[in-house]
Amino acid sequence: MESPRHRLLVVDDSNVIRRRIERATEVPEIEFVGAARNGVEALEMHARLQPTLVTMDLTMPEMDGAECVSQLVQRDPQLRILVISALADKLTAIEALERGASGFLCKPFTDRQLNDALRKLIDAA
Amino acid sequence: MSLESEVGVFVGAVLQYFATTVQQAALCGTPHLALNGPPELSDYTGVIRVTGKRSGLVAFTAPRSMLSVMLMRMQETDMSNANLRDLVGEIANTLAGNARRDFGQQFQISVPEAVTGRESRLSYPAAGRPIVIPIEWRNYHARLIVCLR
Repeated sequence: MESPRHRLLVVDDSNVIRRRIERATEVPEIEFVGAARNGVEALEMHARLQPTLVTMDLTMPEMDGAECVSQLVQRDPQLRILVISALADKLTAIEALERGASGFLCKPFTDRQLNDALRKLIDAA
Repeated sequence: MSLESEVGVFVGAVLQYFATTVQQAALCGTPHLALNGPPELSDYTGVIRVTGKRSGLVAFTAPRSMLSVMLMRMQETDMSNANLRDLVGEIANTLAGNARRDFGQQFQISVPEAVTGRESRLSYPAAGRPIVIPIEWRNYHARLIVCLR
């Protein structure tokens, strides 16, 4: 039987981080479908690519990650969003969760921490 | 928070960044005030502007060779100028962002800017006294510059 597929969209203004998340993701059920550089691109790519999982940076130009989380969850309440941010205070994490994110991972992160966080996200889905 | 504690916050962030991202420890040298003019910059510098309860900047400056090796350690094959600028901005962003754990939400940070070249100049806040934290990693030398009012 084919394992269920989760379609991953990566949102971060850093190309290095986008490529790292794509490369480091080793959860077999997850398929990388695209990467966006800001919240505006993320909304457009969500409509086009229909991801089921999103990793979301917070500090980005055009539209920041917090606003993008709110808009994505409004469009698609089933979407699982992992916020990955350098903003390491508890209030920022709580605000992201209140806006509808499903998890929070602090930068810097190891490959293992990334995969553990993604695994938790899909196990909870 | 005392100046010593503030410097400690950034030193801790630097050590954690290297241990986590490139999985090789860095060493921080003795922090010092830049008393004789603005601190020297290296090949690439990532700058984060800080506003809110504190204002000023946090900058990470490093040689091309060091950044290239860091990218290799991250399994990245693209060593282009754009990616080196991106990396140095992301490091500054991470170090400044991590400081919010200790400074609180009033410590608001901008998206990163990157400048290239040792002759570049940063615009420091008036009356700001930049603190330079030397960073040694493998045989490379970088600096974290913190200038907050």
